Amino acid sequence: MAFPLLSLIVLVPAAGAAVVMFLRSDDLVRWAALTVTLLDLALAIVMLAGFDTGTSGMQFVERRPWVPALGITFALGVDGISALFVFLTALLGWISVLASWIAIDRKVKQFTISLLAMQALMLGVFSALDLFLFYVCWEAMLIPMYLIIGVWGGDGRVYAAFKFFLYTLAGSLLFLVGIIVLYFEGGRTFDILALMALDLPFEVQSWLFFAFLVAFAVKVPMVPFHTWLPDAHVQAPTAGSIILAGVLLKMGAYGFLRFSLPMLPEASVYYSTLMMALSALAIVYGGLLALAQDDLKKLVAYSSISHMGFVTLGIFALNPLGLQGSILQMFNHGVTTGALFLFVGLIYERTHTRSIADYGGLMKVAPVYTGFLALFVLSSMALPGTNAFVGELLVLSGGFAANLALGAIAVLGALLGAAYLLGMYRRVALGPANVGARFKVRDVNGREMAAILPLAVFVLWVGLYPKPFLAIIDSSAMHLLQQLHDKGSGP
Amino acid sequence: MDTIIKAIVFLPLIGFLIAGLFGTSIGAKASEYVTSGLMLIALALSWYVFFDVALGEQEMIKVSVLRWIQSGSFDVEWGFRVDTLTAVMFVVVNTVSTLVHIYSIGYMHHDPHRPRFFAYLSLFTFAMLMLITSDNLVQMFFGWEGVGLASYLLIGFWYKKPSANAAAIKAFIVNRVGDFGFSLGIFLVFVLFGSVNFETIFAAAQTYLPAEGAAAGEAVVTLFGMHLEKADAITAACLLLFMGAMGKSAQFLLHTWLPDAMEGPTPVSALIHAATMVTAGVFLVARMSPLFELSPDALTVVTIIGAITAFFAATVGLVQNDIKRVIAYSTCSQLGYMFVALGVGAYGAAIFHLFTHAFFKALLFLGAGSVIHAVDGEQDMRYMGGLRPHIKVTYWMMFIGTIALTGVGIPGVIGTAGFYSKDAIIESTFASHSAVSGFAFALLVIAALFTSFYSWRLTFMTFHGKPRASSDVMHHVHESPQVMLVPLYILGIGALAAGYFFHDHFFGEGYAEFWKGALFTSAENEILHEYHHVPLWVKWSPFCAMALGLFTAWYMYIRRPELPKYLAEQHRGLYQFLLNKWYFDELYDLLFVRSAKWLGTFLWKEGDGRVIDGYGPNGVAARVLNVTDRVVRLQTGYLYHYAFAMLIGIAALVTWMMFRSSF
Repeated sequence: MAFPLLSLIVLVPAAGAAVVMFLRSDDLVRWAALTVTLLDLALAIVMLAGFDTGTSGMQFVERRPWVPALGITFALGVDGISALFVFLTALLGWISVLASWIAIDRKVKQFTISLLAMQALMLGVFSALDLFLFYVCWEAMLIPMYLIIGVWGGDGRVYAAFKFFLYTLAGSLLFLVGIIVLYFEGGRTFDILALMALDLPFEVQSWLFFAFLVAFAVKVPMVPFHTWLPDAHVQAPTAGSIILAGVLLKMGAYGFLRFSLPMLPEASVYYSTLMMALSALAIVYGGLLALAQDDLKKLVAYSSISHMGFVTLGIFALNPLGLQGSILQMFNHGVTTGALFLFVGLIYERTHTRSIADYGGLMKVAPVYTGFLALFVLSSMALPGTNAFVGELLVLSGGFAANLALGAIAVLGALLGAAYLLGMYRRVALGPANVGARFKVRDVNGREMAAILPLAVFVLWVGLYPKPFLAIIDSSAMHLLQQLHDKGSGP
Repeated sequence: MDTIIKAIVFLPLIGFLIAGLFGTSIGAKASEYVTSGLMLIALALSWYVFFDVALGEQEMIKVSVLRWIQSGSFDVEWGFRVDTLTAVMFVVVNTVSTLVHIYSIGYMHHDPHRPRFFAYLSLFTFAMLMLITSDNLVQMFFGWEGVGLASYLLIGFWYKKPSANAAAIKAFIVNRVGDFGFSLGIFLVFVLFGSVNFETIFAAAQTYLPAEGAAAGEAVVTLFGMHLEKADAITAACLLLFMGAMGKSAQFLLHTWLPDAMEGPTPVSALIHAATMVTAGVFLVARMSPLFELSPDALTVVTIIGAITAFFAATVGLVQNDIKRVIAYSTCSQLGYMFVALGVGAYGAAIFHLFTHAFFKALLFLGAGSVIHAVDGEQDMRYMGGLRPHIKVTYWMMFIGTIALTGVGIPGVIGTAGFYSKDAIIESTFASHSAVSGFAFALLVIAALFTSFYSWRLTFMTFHGKPRASSDVMHHVHESPQVMLVPLYILGIGALAAGYFFHDHFFGEGYAEFWKGALFTSAENEILHEYHHVPLWVKWSPFCAMALGLFTAWYMYIRRPELPKYLAEQHRGLYQFLLNKWYFDELYDLLFVRSAKWLGTFLWKEGDGRVIDGYGPNGVAARVLNVTDRVVRLQTGYLYHYAFAMLIGIAALVTWMMFRSSF
């Protein structure tokens, strides 16, 4: 067996969490976490550097027996669909540690352990090739997330955590049922690749499709399964929001790509218009609600719902442009929305208010902060030259080719996006120097810059030269579509 | 040649980066000189390209820079395509931009944020150059949004002013409404032609429609249940693209942002909101002429919208009191003329007017800036008057701008720049076979009358009569420094002579040799020859309209200055209607702004709050809470519940599996 790179990527944060347990000083804990996440990021970069863009299959595959009696293996691997997310998770993990540096000042050790455990499990989800392993990571991940919101969150954290719990529980139960059905239909195997080769009757596919739909739609989240998200975001500490928006939301969409499309091709084709309609609804609905928000975090949360609508729209366009665009857009959304939550956190640390009405004139007191904020706001608006433009352009081209009317409705989201984002920027950054008069606001420091800069680089890199990113996605996405159209020609 | 093209486009970008990133450390003076210096080089190169490509023998130049987006059949490059149309725009954009850079050195003299201002100016120029050099629709959209962003930044340059911020956002969002159409148009073109590259689209467009008399063919796209065959699909694509043009060029219905954009510094108005960005819509339609020529219906819509805009904006311009707003409505109106020209297939005339308009409108704006500079920031013409003796040079420059805008000249002999281009449009409109040519002709002639009236009204109210400013202000009135006046001289020369020297090339004998196919006209389009043969009264009608407008303005503002007030009181309803710009702002605010906000709030409270949460999690939660007897107070209790539930889930699964497998 070759060098176990993926195992290392998954286990480094886990090991880090174990080490942190024995550290005494808070500062030591922070530095340890930073080292661990940086190492993990380096490993993820090594993985991407060695990634072969010419093949559609799984790479860096590792298989170790785990529970042989049940056909459970510890199997890891990445393809073009998951590789970028492994990288994104590692990147945001490092940034989350930086973002929590002073924001978290009590139970630092416990928080850091949760954060690192979370990262290990998320990486497990994206690289698992065994359904059982996938499910364990998928479910176990929620515990640290739940803790992060419930212990280090804001005043309404109990309600938020509870809501989060109810939604995900409902999704998880149906997902579990679906997994069990797949296990038996597939001849008692948890091997994801083997399950992809199954040819299930349409009836079964339909039931499974809806079971998975609930589980994934809660995660994405798609309207009307989304109301946990604004509350969770508002209450979560900054690092929690970054991970939630940056990585967790991607898992729902990843689920569609990894399970629904390849394993349930006929159902996916059959229900694609419905899914596109739900996506278009989410785009417009999320945009309208974002327009009505005064809480900065809620605004970004609702914008997230709108933006994830583009992702699911692209997936269920079921054509190359839509699919590639949506995978790229998931990466972009992680970068941009992660950055926006980071920015909300930075200003909250300074003012202890999230009400947009309290701000105004920030440009005067914190020009660097507002300058970078402008960049991420423009990215979120999908201005050409930024990352989201490339993603949305591809998604909408694909969506438009698949269904003109729904594509057209989705484009409305771009219009709403300009309205709520520019409106927000105006009320926060421009106007008379209101915020400086009321709060002591300093501009960003070196540590904060270290968190911001990498994200800014990706905004422009993907925006101006997305070729390397699309190259990673290309083969696997095309292969997935090929399979889908071979098998899923309809009931 | 490749290097020259790249230099023209990227020099302003370099200027932007230097002034934007290092402006505070190198200082304001250095930022001004660096950006203006780079613009001067780009300007010289632009004229060189113009002489080579438009007036010389040089074929179209193609430059590829980098592959941008490639995904399946979707293939877009960063690349430049320079034909005569682009070369003309090069000259327009870089000439005005360079002069505005230089002028701003004087005009913005007291502003503490000059590096930022010059950075934005150069950023704008770069985006505009990307727009006009693009060889595909997506890069064009990049430039299109880029100029929108720069416009947003510059309108809101004085960011502490709430009205400036409001105007900046309004400009961006109204433009996004247009861009909604533009982007749908791009997607539809991609669906129809499988490409967004001009070369592929134009080549395919030639043979796209079934031949005359042949069957209409099958539906190629379905939109909202309508099955569109090829001809209709082309019309739909053209109309969607035109919607983008309407936003950028402030055409009727999407015009509301332009007057408000006057909140920005005056040099910005001259550059962006008169000479360059607002003409991007005209450029777009001209660039896409191979598509528009296929759709008479789309062209009819373009004509109607253009004619209504020309008329509507002129009526509003009649009564405005803010010197910049008068010129802004004038711009809006003149853009309407250009669209009428496009609509009747006289693409050359449209671009010709774009070219001459850039000179005299930039001149008027910069002249207005010089006036505002002289009277200490006052923009209301009711507080001006009698300025002529104090600022003679500015007066004469504004005078030149006014005779160019109103089209002073003797038909068949000689005239100012506006005379040649505007008359070409009016005559082509009359000569065309468009179904709405009579309608458009009538509106354009009336608009010419109004144009003349409001232009002279502006001149008379500002410079003639008795001073109405306070004696304190009058005491300080001063002529602007040379750095502001020299740009005015140069533009003045253009405003006088550009028509005389170039009308043959743009829309006359030298047409084919000049354009070299950059503007596509179908075989049936004979407008270039027909417009020479209109009746004599048609040729003289703009002249009469101009003279009548001048006379009325003179009578009302010099001869009997009490008359305007009397008329306004007599026709109060009409006056208010015009003064309030036909109440479009109020209407849109009610229809779109408030209703969207209301809908958002309603859905949030009712949809998310009452329906989803009420019946979903909260309903369930309430029941659970009852059962567990309100353990809410034990906050962390839920954590353990959850952790516990998860573990139970996993444990149950494993147990159950083992149980099953042991059978």
